[in-house]
Amino acid sequence: MITFDGVSKVFPDGTVAVDDLHLELPTGKITVFVGPSGCGKTTSLRMINRMVEPTSGEILIDGVPVTTQDEALLRRGIGYVIQHAGLFPHRTIVENIGTVQRLTGVGRKAARATAIDLLRRVGLSESLADKYPVQLSGGQQQRVGVARALAADPPVMLMDEPFSAVDPIVREGLQAEFLRLQAELGKTIAFVTHDIDEAIKLGDMVAVFREGGHLAQFGSPQELLEKPANDFVADFVGRDRGFRSLSFDSADELVIDSVASVSTGGEILVLDDAGRPVGWAGPGLGDTSAPIPHGGTFTRGDSLRLVTDLAISSPVGIAVQVDVDGAAVGVIRHTSLVRQLDERRRRRAEPTA
Amino acid sequence: MIVRLATDTPYLLDPENWTDSAVTSIPELIGTHLLYTALALVIAAAIAIPVGLFIGHTGRLAFVAINAGNVGRSLPTLGLISFLVVLIGGGLFPALIALVILAIPPILTSTYAGLRAVDPAAVDAARGMGMRELQTVFTVEVPMALPLMMSGLRNAALQVVATATVAAYVGLGGLGRLLVDGLALNQYDRVVAGAVLVAALAILIDLLAELLQRVVVSPGVSGRAVTRRARVAHPSPLTEVSSGTAA
Repeated sequence: MITFDGVSKVFPDGTVAVDDLHLELPTGKITVFVGPSGCGKTTSLRMINRMVEPTSGEILIDGVPVTTQDEALLRRGIGYVIQHAGLFPHRTIVENIGTVQRLTGVGRKAARATAIDLLRRVGLSESLADKYPVQLSGGQQQRVGVARALAADPPVMLMDEPFSAVDPIVREGLQAEFLRLQAELGKTIAFVTHDIDEAIKLGDMVAVFREGGHLAQFGSPQELLEKPANDFVADFVGRDRGFRSLSFDSADELVIDSVASVSTGGEILVLDDAGRPVGWAGPGLGDTSAPIPHGGTFTRGDSLRLVTDLAISSPVGIAVQVDVDGAAVGVIRHTSLVRQLDERRRRRAEPTA
Repeated sequence: MIVRLATDTPYLLDPENWTDSAVTSIPELIGTHLLYTALALVIAAAIAIPVGLFIGHTGRLAFVAINAGNVGRSLPTLGLISFLVVLIGGGLFPALIALVILAIPPILTSTYAGLRAVDPAAVDAARGMGMRELQTVFTVEVPMALPLMMSGLRNAALQVVATATVAAYVGLGGLGRLLVDGLALNQYDRVVAGAVLVAALAILIDLLAELLQRVVVSPGVSGRAVTRRARVAHPSPLTEVSSGTAA
């Protein structure tokens, strides 16, 4: 657990970067610091490994104040990932990954073995081992940055906008990979981003910062979306937070109609021999021999957000549910979905945006 | 008086001048010349590199590194030597001091510039992973700054090897002897021999420095990791700066 106990940081020019921060980052979880630029999120992160020293207050890792530990030794025990990866261009990929291990006296061979194992773990080919960073793409470099932080197997990781310098598609891949790794490793992670979507996607807990280094709200992503503490948070999490909060509910409570019920509207759901949906046919749509694509299906475990999106984007306003083999088991019309969402709202007696 | 005919062997090609027994043996002159050059370079590097590293790493006293280049270039070496001879007498010292002063600015300025050009993200990562300050300087900053540092050293080596000829003006050896004596004797083939040898030496030293640079600079920094076939010219903003201010 990482504890911020009344931590403030005032820079020599009088700028208050962080103002009396009280925060507890749970062990084994991802805590995301999010907020507009200049809100003190990066400063807060950098105070954990003493890259920045607080003006007042104390930061403790598992109860031990960081200021009582030798700077270099403290940092070797904390994984550190930064925005542009910050790889050493003069060293090969395995040498980069082995940096901390070599600092702590691990032999060259052992460090290399760990590095190659980590390369695979972060989804990179072993053939990159002896290349130089300049030979890798931005996304690959960022993966190496993560591998380098993991090499000494630190219990705590600090990540400062690690995925913000890569394009959106690569970023999605990195985020998914990161969540998969974290499920395996269970590190205590402090993660800085200015992207609220990334915060909600990755965070077990999210700390929303606002200008002047104030903590606006600390809670789970669902709490932020459903119960924003104030207008700043509501505004920051965005207009479609109601829609996004549907991500936290599963579709298994929905009342699904039978596949046969679609014919009442004149649409025809074309299935293949195994009963898997192929597409839609009917008046104004394709012929049964050439149906138009259905655009996607959902299974019981999927989120309400996905089902809603499918129902809205479907050419006929119908989302199709399939079983594990992909065979159609039911449908839900967007009219029915809206009614059920309304009932859900009443049940929970909470306003939705 | 000896009258030389046009058909005589030029000084440079006369085997007589290459033997040890000659009064001014060419191999001996080259040896002395190289000795002066090496001494001046080693002393200058020993002063300029640590100072440049300090300034580049801390960002403090940056004006020293920036102004050193200009001051150094505007000092006339010959005048300086004469002044030092008057001040501390003859011998190797005045010449050596003048050459060291000539070599310091390019090395200092390029070391400083090399360190300033290092990717701040790499330095931040180095610190954040628990490197101590000196480890950061020598295992991260210097390897990344090496191409620029090497270009400064090459620059200094070329200037010193060319300027070491002035040692002859204060009665010392080196290839300057051929120039000074040749001019005094109106023996122009001797002057040409001196000039040609200095030029050849400069080219040779630069080639050796190029080889050294290939060995010490990581392919990940020099760009060789990316373009393995074509030799990329080493970017040397300092050469541009020097020609710009000297003009």
